[in-house]
Amino acid sequence: MSKKTSPLDVFNLLPKTNCGKCGEDTCFAFATKVADRKVDLELCTPLFEEKNYKENLGNLEVLLRPAVREIRLRSTGEEVRIGGKTVMFRHEFRYDNPTSIAISVSDTMPEDEMLLKVKKASEWGYRYIGMDLSLDLIAVRSNSNDPMQFRDRVKKISDNTQMPMMLCSFSPEVIEQGLLALEGETPLIYAANRENWKEMSQLSIKYGCPLVVSAPNDLDQLRSLTASLMEEGIENLVLDPGTMPDEGLRDTINNFTMLRRSATRKEDDLSGFPLLGAPISAWCEEDEEPEIKAWKESYIASMLMSRYADILIINSIEMWSLLPIVIWRTNIYTDPVKPVMVEPGLRKYGDPGRDSPVLYTTNFALTFYTVQEDFKDLDCYLLVIDTEGISVESAVAGGKLTAEKVAEAIKETGIEDMVDHRKIVSPGLAARISGETEMESGWDVIVGPKDSAGIKTLLDKKFYQ
Amino acid sequence: MAEEERKRNTLDRGLLKWLEGVKNLEIEDVDFVIDRLEFTLPTQIFRPPLLPKEVLPTGKPKGILTSEFSIPVDTYRGGVTEVVLGATKSEGGTRSRTITVGGSKTPAFYAFEDEKPNPPVIVGDVFDMKVSLPKPVREHFGEVLEDPAEWARVYVEKFDVDMIDLELISTDPLINDTPISESAKLVEEVLQAVDVPIVIGGSGSPKKDGDLLSKMAEVAEGERVLLSSATPDLYKPIAEAAKKHDHSVLSWTSLDINQQKELNRNLLEYLPKERIIIDPTSAALGYGIEYAFTIMERMRLSALWADEELQMPMAAATSNSWAAREAWRKDHDLGPRNLRGPLWETTSALTFLLAGVDMFIMLHPAAIRTVKEVAGWLMKENAEKTQKNWLDLEAV
Repeated sequence: MSKKTSPLDVFNLLPKTNCGKCGEDTCFAFATKVADRKVDLELCTPLFEEKNYKENLGNLEVLLRPAVREIRLRSTGEEVRIGGKTVMFRHEFRYDNPTSIAISVSDTMPEDEMLLKVKKASEWGYRYIGMDLSLDLIAVRSNSNDPMQFRDRVKKISDNTQMPMMLCSFSPEVIEQGLLALEGETPLIYAANRENWKEMSQLSIKYGCPLVVSAPNDLDQLRSLTASLMEEGIENLVLDPGTMPDEGLRDTINNFTMLRRSATRKEDDLSGFPLLGAPISAWCEEDEEPEIKAWKESYIASMLMSRYADILIINSIEMWSLLPIVIWRTNIYTDPVKPVMVEPGLRKYGDPGRDSPVLYTTNFALTFYTVQEDFKDLDCYLLVIDTEGISVESAVAGGKLTAEKVAEAIKETGIEDMVDHRKIVSPGLAARISGETEMESGWDVIVGPKDSAGIKTLLDKKFYQ
Repeated sequence: MAEEERKRNTLDRGLLKWLEGVKNLEIEDVDFVIDRLEFTLPTQIFRPPLLPKEVLPTGKPKGILTSEFSIPVDTYRGGVTEVVLGATKSEGGTRSRTITVGGSKTPAFYAFEDEKPNPPVIVGDVFDMKVSLPKPVREHFGEVLEDPAEWARVYVEKFDVDMIDLELISTDPLINDTPISESAKLVEEVLQAVDVPIVIGGSGSPKKDGDLLSKMAEVAEGERVLLSSATPDLYKPIAEAAKKHDHSVLSWTSLDINQQKELNRNLLEYLPKERIIIDPTSAALGYGIEYAFTIMERMRLSALWADEELQMPMAAATSNSWAAREAWRKDHDLGPRNLRGPLWETTSALTFLLAGVDMFIMLHPAAIRTVKEVAGWLMKENAEKTQKNWLDLEAV
């Protein structure tokens, strides 16, 4: 069903010299990583430099072309990749290139407000299971429809952020001035439609920038425009089938789903481009409160991400509405083959001594990092039990966190020789196995709080007494 | 590590060289020690040419080329069964209506293939004792949180839920060890207070749930309730009670598709498919939701491809979303939690909705309202479809 590339097919087209320039010892090792889409083919420099590999290179590029093409946007300092999907469902392989989130500003906003929003978007961050999450793009809309004003604002934004940009207007004159302000960068042009597609295609070619094709809720028209643009020689396209809130959600979800299925299942090249969603449409309802608009924008964004959006245009910069989107993005883009887990074993925090507390938790990454954050100011030992990357509650229920496993970890880590006491603090959600754990290990079990945020209070009350 | 990899590559190369020209290879009496096994099925080496057949280039086009999008419809050999919960007076119960769960013949909301036969069912989550709920949830219920029957009534009358889930968590020997007779009284009280079908949930204690749910099945005979839940550790007494007293069973496993199949297979010894609903565990957004999402997608596709052991409707408890700190924590930097919390539950629920979940056990009224509203829009045929022009949107 899915288009999975065979390492052997890749290997057969490589130089087979084992020159090592790509950083791998052998061409076969490199082929394996290329086929698994862990490294870029560009690392094999001889393939691109030497003429006699030209045919092989062409064949490799066809072989490796994902069902959904990959588009690259650049600022002077950053590159953002969009699309590059090989499968419809996450369990078939893995989703690469997390959905890019573009925060929208308008060229008619007061300048200081506009730059403040750009600054907030650039600095937006959230720390989650050891990762720093961030936003990706700035989408500049031309409300002024004035080419020079647009150029001026685009330049100012570019001076104030490292993020690559999307230039949004249906006027080719406006777009061209924006492109002139971003010399040396590769922004995304939004958008070619039924009226302007010829002019937009010329701009896309002249400035070497990828182009969005827009045909709201009309897949025939979207397809016709895509075919016409490809005929002009443009292959860096992004598809915008339209995003409609409320009653329009039905068609929106249908369109995204049909396009992605055609690309991945029917090998339809005209559907094989990244998809653009515009949850910002939720802001077009005039009679609603801003909180309602941001609420709708947020859930539409998450829904479209579940249904294959590769890039999203968002208006709200509020943390409460952005956070669910960014967390869902992180979650759905993890590799389904690898459970999100950490190495089991003994960890020390601070400077633990012979009477310091001993606690235990599971090796599910999220549980571990959450607990670690709460323990960082304590002097204590933490036993990380191997539950195959499953959280406490599910692991207890599913028999992956058992009294035997805890007792075994106590023995294996040698914690018995490091402390004089025999008291271990269990997660609150593992209360069910505390009795058995006492029998298996011979240690006293103190049942901890359900959320590790309450650990200090518990230790004061129950451990140090 | 690098050394190991080098050795392995040398071995790979050696093997390849050695196998050159070999057409058949028979291996006898060999043990493989394998850490992770990947199969690469041969694919066609080259993809078809880029331009579709209907577009024949004849020099540079003067006008727009026309190309029709063909709707990529698939056919499925299987489908999801319908489970009917609740019984009206004429059916021997006392509910005002029955609720039908499931019945899908396509992946979730593939309206271009077929309409979804039944809307998702929203169940209000009620506990038999005071539990620590976050403030954004508490403030919508106030005092009724200490009175399960009243709490249920508020859900039905004020927040328009389709069903009530009464969770008898206080019966856990590790919590209050509430006697079974007391729980029986409470079930009767709730059945009096509301006229919608109900779910009766145990505490999750393998020691007590068998006796507890058997008794509750007896007490609620005639009402066609959903007994929650049968687990890999404890399914026999619950399945037997459901069979004897004509109820349905929630089949709960912990994010493990094979375990789910096995449990369903065991339950099918007692009950038909039409009396089982699957709960594969609905982890919270940010706390493992992707496992649940992917397992749900896989199970639903298997059901459509005719895997009879997975052809039951699916349920998700989005009440679990509130386990995420990001949902409940008072934190100025994260913005107002009276919006953030319910949006967290909403996002989790809509994610599951698109994975195929048919039944939602929920807490927050705003999340309940949004899920009902969105599902209604997704199921509404011939709706208004105008694209609003966000490009010209005045700056906000």
